[in-house]
Amino acid sequence: MLVIRRDLVDAMVAHARRDHPDEACGQIAGPEGSDRPERIIEMENAERSPTFYRFDAAEQLKVYREMQANDEEAVVIYHSHTATEAYPSRTDIKFANEPQAHYVLVSTRDPIEHELRSYRIVDGVVTEEPVKIIES
Amino acid sequence: MAVTVSIPTILRTHTGGEKSVSATGTTLAEIIDDLENNHGGLKARLVKEGALHRFVNVYVNDEDVRFAGGLTAPVKDGDNVTILPAVAGG
Repeated sequence: MLVIRRDLVDAMVAHARRDHPDEACGQIAGPEGSDRPERIIEMENAERSPTFYRFDAAEQLKVYREMQANDEEAVVIYHSHTATEAYPSRTDIKFANEPQAHYVLVSTRDPIEHELRSYRIVDGVVTEEPVKIIES
Repeated sequence: MAVTVSIPTILRTHTGGEKSVSATGTTLAEIIDDLENNHGGLKARLVKEGALHRFVNVYVNDEDVRFAGGLTAPVKDGDNVTILPAVAGG
């Protein structure tokens, strides 16, 4: 189960809406081993594409170093789907390299109602998990 | 020419869980060959058909080697090599 503050959920959805129709991507860092997402980092989608995303490599290194210095890790890795449901695509599964992370997908295909779901992706196996939102 | 190589979580099965290991060489290709000698299986995760795998980012200090010659990127004593899998999808 992903337990996450309301303001962090709102920030992911706002980011996805802002970048629509391109895919938005980012991560939420938390203390290493805590499984508690705390600090959202909107990442640049180097692909600037409606069907693909990739963290900008230089920004990824900078954020990685920051997280290491703070004893943080990526608790959530999120991105949006802008024309399809909030379910991992084949490429999402292929490139999922963080077994400890919650993979959050936000779909913005409906202009009013978004869809937000969370998954574990380990060794190519997708497992959906409940999302518990804490009012902040 | 010893450098420190940071290993991402996903590749630590090849380093017995070590987060960073040391390697020697004067180019990234030599570093990767040295890594392979001590931590078998790593090379195949980094190199495909004689070039760096497209979805693996490798940095020498703060520079993405993609803009510094790829496998021919020079390394010198004391450099830090960081490997990060691309975070990508569709």
